[in-house]
Amino acid sequence: MHLMYFTEQPMSAYSEQAGRDFGATALMFSNKNFDPVAGSRLYNNYIEQYMLAEEVGVDGIMLNEHHNAPFCMQAKANIFAAILAGMTKRVKIVMLGNPLPLAENPIRLAEELAMIDMISKGRLVSGFVRGGGQEQLATGVNPAFNRERFEEAHELIVKAWTETGPFRFEGTHYQHRIVNPWAVPLQKPYPRVWIPGVISKETIVWAAQQRYPYIALNTSIEQTKKIWELYDSVALQAGYVGGPENRGYLIQVHISDNEEKAIENAKQFRWMQGEFTGLAHPVWSTPSGYGSPSNRRAFVEFASGRARNPRGETSFEQQMADLRIIAGTPKTVIAKLKRILEETRPGILALWGNDGRVSQEDSLTCVRLMGTEVFPALREIAKSLDLKSPFEADAPVHLRYSTDLKPAKAAAAE
Amino acid sequence: MAGTNWTDSTMEVAGIKLHVARAGRGRPVMVLHHETGTLDRLPFYDELAQSHDVLVPHHPGYSRSTRPDWMRSTRDIAVIYRGLLSDLGLRNTALVGLGFGGWIAAEMASMAPADLSHLVLVGAMGIKPTEGDILDLAVTGYIDYARAGFHDQKAFDRIYGAEPSTDQLEMWDICREMSFRIAWKPYMYSQTLPHLLGAVHRPSLVVWGDQDKVVPMSAGKRYVEALPQAKLHVVKSCGHCVDMEQPDILAKLVTEFIGREYSPCT
Repeated sequence: MHLMYFTEQPMSAYSEQAGRDFGATALMFSNKNFDPVAGSRLYNNYIEQYMLAEEVGVDGIMLNEHHNAPFCMQAKANIFAAILAGMTKRVKIVMLGNPLPLAENPIRLAEELAMIDMISKGRLVSGFVRGGGQEQLATGVNPAFNRERFEEAHELIVKAWTETGPFRFEGTHYQHRIVNPWAVPLQKPYPRVWIPGVISKETIVWAAQQRYPYIALNTSIEQTKKIWELYDSVALQAGYVGGPENRGYLIQVHISDNEEKAIENAKQFRWMQGEFTGLAHPVWSTPSGYGSPSNRRAFVEFASGRARNPRGETSFEQQMADLRIIAGTPKTVIAKLKRILEETRPGILALWGNDGRVSQEDSLTCVRLMGTEVFPALREIAKSLDLKSPFEADAPVHLRYSTDLKPAKAAAAE
Repeated sequence: MAGTNWTDSTMEVAGIKLHVARAGRGRPVMVLHHETGTLDRLPFYDELAQSHDVLVPHHPGYSRSTRPDWMRSTRDIAVIYRGLLSDLGLRNTALVGLGFGGWIAAEMASMAPADLSHLVLVGAMGIKPTEGDILDLAVTGYIDYARAGFHDQKAFDRIYGAEPSTDQLEMWDICREMSFRIAWKPYMYSQTLPHLLGAVHRPSLVVWGDQDKVVPMSAGKRYVEALPQAKLHVVKSCGHCVDMEQPDILAKLVTEFIGREYSPCT
């Protein structure tokens, strides 16, 4: 079991009323609401949380990036990854991940990631994402080619990491006449790639086809099980049997030494007016061409106010009941997480510990209890359930490095 | 208009299945619709068909025409339509471009100035406005965007209904996706088009609603400057979609400009 700490790095020091008055807290919600003095303090708070996380024994620190929104201050995950590469000694730096379609020059990304891998002495996990709909608009990238750009940028980066340069790459969206980056990753054949996601079936299928672990982002137990059903069926087609080493899960878990305080703090997971991505503007969050054509009707109905968000909206109490938010002392948290581990059998688990306006003191308490009490117990549970991480299982980095592939029927028989 | 006999057909040009509606007799006029696609029939089309041979192709990827995945620019559509006119054996066709269709018409004109009787651009996209910006589809809701094309909201209600159907919203999303695929950056204009228009020595009419909230009139003025034989006509109390808001006035303007008489070129 690979156990990680995650925070969205919220920029919570803005006026909630300003967000409500504007009606959205993303994309075009003015950056006049961003306070760089608070920003400076918060960035350094997050570094302090990460350093403590390493000290108390977490296996990995999960990083991500978003643009034009208070819910996540990281506008470039590679910056924090570089900081952690230099400041930490042991933790895996797990990027979930770099939004590939936003890159106009994926070679540059390949270089940055290779540098992070070398500086950290091989501790990089290089996850990739499509980026949210708003991210495309915030960076001027065409949403209609999002998935094509994702797949093509991935192909180019992996080539740059694994094939000797110079070579030429003539793709549909990326053309590079000279590919020959001198920074290449330390880890061979290349750093592990994990793929996080929420809703798109296409991404689950793609991850399974690559044999990349898929990280379900705070889905309900039932949704998570459905994701693994789909992943596993694609895995069989590809000739392998999906298992815990292919499964990751991120869940909102706040830990405190006091039950009431834990629940009070956990309410901050919904500080962005209900959804962690904030008061969403449905037209911006799903620009035309970004989503799957099979969801088109549902999204136009949502965007025009004729239907509820297809991604779902649930109350704090309901999310607590569904175990999508867990809060409590180590004892109660461990019991609830045990159920999730038993039911969904992931080999990778990230606890999203702090959000919103939770104080630095309470955030550090959460990280400390996570590392010293919750994770040791989870490791024992994982052992008894045989939940191995990709590292423990020595899983191939990509399908093409598999040595155990079987024809689809034989794999299905196992 | 009662009695207008429209025929709908599918024509294949460069592998694209184009839906083409056609009616009327006289000088051939190709009407190029907006980025919001087109309804099958509109009063403006009917009016024009009273005295002209009117063709309304649905743009590739819009309304009833299939989407070519390879297409990357508005100019690609213009080339396809040049092919369509060629396949139909039509010479010296008048082009009437509405909004985004105006951009296509201007591109077509620049490609073959000699094979054009008249050019009419109505609230045309395609040129960067000197003042203001073209309204951004990407950050505007489906209904808000479509309504922004109308100064008189009752005219919108007459065309689409006060509450457009979900089928209509879905179609707007499909059209929007195609617009992104071919006109994302720079958004809804070409940096080279104003220069290319200098070679279009043909009678050109630039029509603009004085209440256009989609394409600033400064773009219209640039069109008039760029086209050697252009004049500007401003329609009062009218938004961007002059064709849907004041169809009679636009049909009259176009008919007077291109003339009723027609003798096919030999």
